[in-house]
Amino acid sequence: MKARVTVMLKAGVLDVQGEAVRHALGTLGFEGVHGVRQGKVIELDLAETENAEETVKAMCEKLLANTVIESYRVEIL
Amino acid sequence: MKAAVVTFPGSNCDRDLATAFEKMGFQVTRVWHKDSALPEGTDVVGLPGGFSFGDYLRCGAIAAQSPIAAAVQAHAARGGYVLGICNGFQVLTEMRLLPGALMRNAGLKFLCKTVTLKVATQDSPFTNAIPKGAEIQIPIAHHDGNYTIDAEGLKALQDQDRIAFTYAQNPNGATADIAGVLSANRRVLGMMPHPERVIEPEQGGTDGRGLFASLISGMALA
Repeated sequence: MKARVTVMLKAGVLDVQGEAVRHALGTLGFEGVHGVRQGKVIELDLAETENAEETVKAMCEKLLANTVIESYRVEIL
Repeated sequence: MKAAVVTFPGSNCDRDLATAFEKMGFQVTRVWHKDSALPEGTDVVGLPGGFSFGDYLRCGAIAAQSPIAAAVQAHAARGGYVLGICNGFQVLTEMRLLPGALMRNAGLKFLCKTVTLKVATQDSPFTNAIPKGAEIQIPIAHHDGNYTIDAEGLKALQDQDRIAFTYAQNPNGATADIAGVLSANRRVLGMMPHPERVIEPEQGGTDGRGLFASLISGMALA
């Protein structure tokens, strides 16, 4: 089975890289981009298990996300 | 006084830090990240600068889960001293031994220059020999030194006088100009600037000596 983890900076944490991307889009002539938030996607290939979602959440808490500044979303595919 | 300097794959200031400890009178043992114990009688653990594990995932995140990390946690829990510099500071926040997180510099550029730091508290084993308010010249070399902490966490640091160093001119967007912070028991210090790079005049300055001198004099009294 597969799981997909999306890690994003929490609301309110300034995303300086996202801001740089927003500026670049404006420079390229794409108008109306009010905000860009950049995150990361981590895909996991897992052995079949009943508690996959709980396990992946534990992985996020321990390593995949820094919950001081980041939030995460787990999808079991 | 015994210092243990940890080397992770990708550490590149470990030798500088070990040399600085030696020059300042410490006995130094080098420790590998796969070691599961610190040398007997270790007083202070040094976590050096560099790019541990290539900064993969987040700076310091993987080093914070390495075998030696559990021993460093236990050392800190029993009141041992820990000094984390640059990547070592990032590792300490990822280990949750220090609050907050270090994010990409606000200007997005890697910064490598000497900056002026203000000594924000004298009440720590790392700064007790440096007058509060003193300004010292210490180099920085980082891409992710933008110290970030929420309002509640910042208030706790301020109320408990746990901000060790601030930048005279904020280079990286750090919250409240913070360059270094202390743990609640004041025995764990994380800082982005590199005091180990200014120990001898040949390095262009000696303003890093005060931190190591504070530590060794405080430990001699303890």
